[in-house]
Amino acid sequence: MRRVLFELLDVSLARGERRVLDSVSVGIPEGATAIVGPSGAGKSTLLRLLNRLADPDAGTISYRDRPLDSYDPLALRREVSLVPQLPALLEGTVASNIAYAARLAGKPAGPEHCLRLAGLDPDFAARDVSKLSVGEQQRAMLARALVQEPAVLLLDEPTSALDHAARDAIEATLAELRRELEISVVLVSHDPEQARRLGDWVVRMQEGRVTDSGPLAEVLA
Amino acid sequence: MSTSIHVSTGQVAATLALVALAAAISLWRKADLERDIGIATLRSFVQLTAIGYVITLIFEADTLWLVLALLVVMVVFGALTARSRAKKVPGAFWPLLVALATAGATTLGLVVALGVFEATARYLVPVGGMVIGNAMTASAVALNRLGDEMEDSRGRIEATLALGATATEAAAPSVRRALRSGMIALVDSTKTTGLIFFPGTMVGMLLAGADPTDAVRLQLILLYALLGSVAIAGLVATTLAYRNFFTPAQQLREL
Repeated sequence: MRRVLFELLDVSLARGERRVLDSVSVGIPEGATAIVGPSGAGKSTLLRLLNRLADPDAGTISYRDRPLDSYDPLALRREVSLVPQLPALLEGTVASNIAYAARLAGKPAGPEHCLRLAGLDPDFAARDVSKLSVGEQQRAMLARALVQEPAVLLLDEPTSALDHAARDAIEATLAELRRELEISVVLVSHDPEQARRLGDWVVRMQEGRVTDSGPLAEVLA
Repeated sequence: MSTSIHVSTGQVAATLALVALAAAISLWRKADLERDIGIATLRSFVQLTAIGYVITLIFEADTLWLVLALLVVMVVFGALTARSRAKKVPGAFWPLLVALATAGATTLGLVVALGVFEATARYLVPVGGMVIGNAMTASAVALNRLGDEMEDSRGRIEATLALGATATEAAAPSVRRALRSGMIALVDSTKTTGLIFFPGTMVGMLLAGADPTDAVRLQLILLYALLGSVAIAGLVATTLAYRNFFTPAQQLREL
């Protein structure tokens, strides 16, 4: 059994009258975990809890056997980096975005290495982010997260806005990343096939509850 | 040359013809502003008449405590009025109150300390009213823009927080644009003053028979003081208000 990264116990979260997460208890191990389920299942909300972009109303979350709320949220977010579903870069160039993230994490700002890891040519460094396609922006977001050298990458539907060719390219990049770096990935996807291609552990959700979790071969047999 | 002018109630009433023209245009072009024009006309008459009597009393008493009390009332009403323009900003009243109070106190304090005006009711009341009024408009515009910015840029702000940025860092572009919005109108009107329009103080002094050079100098003093007060009000309001969008754990609040 691999080491558990995140342990959620009876986690609930409501938005108004709606229970977005309802008594969720699940372990997420090191490696590549895919959280799958239909729209509105609570997948993205669960992901946001993992680096404290939001806190649950009830229940506890631990990361590496320590309560999540005992971590400094800023330091935690540099170690557990979330790439949102829709690209949201800062105004400026790809390089200035990467330099910003590097400065926050106190890491060297050289963009070439992380651009290559994200599957982008180093020439993209000088490009204005407003001139990039959605797929290129998504990769630039990935490069920006990678410059911080996170231990865990949280990816929220990383290919939902892309066509098949761009989706395949991002998936190949993520598989390559997993081979090159000792990094754990928690990926949210509404597509079980994508989970099959990228995950080795699966958490299945529906209507705010975890309905199944375990090794890929068992859950998505 | 006389520096005072007598205006009769009949002259004021005569200008209602232009108000009637405004209402007629609204009616003709279906702008649906007739009611607002009526309310604005009535309120301006009642409010200015009342403040005219209050100012007369304060000038006659010539005590700084009464001046201070009037300025406090202006700041509170200014903050309440500006709050209605900043509906998307949670808890906007206190940042606005502090912004107007700081802008008023700093600007009036400086012009008195620099020897520009005497610390008497005759100067502090009208100048204070202009300073607080302009600070109110600027901070209302700034917070209105801040509310729109925080709503429209939610994705970008949260993506920046996700990198480990503080709330201050994540909100900085939005705060900068909001401050700019609050200040830009006065900066632009200051640029064009004398070319495209004559500001109110100068017009008032010229009508009252003052020397044009004196009118220009006083107008310049007020314009420069207003630039300072608008910048202070915008800065304080945006700096205090953006924090209300975040939790202590540097998370964007659900609004």
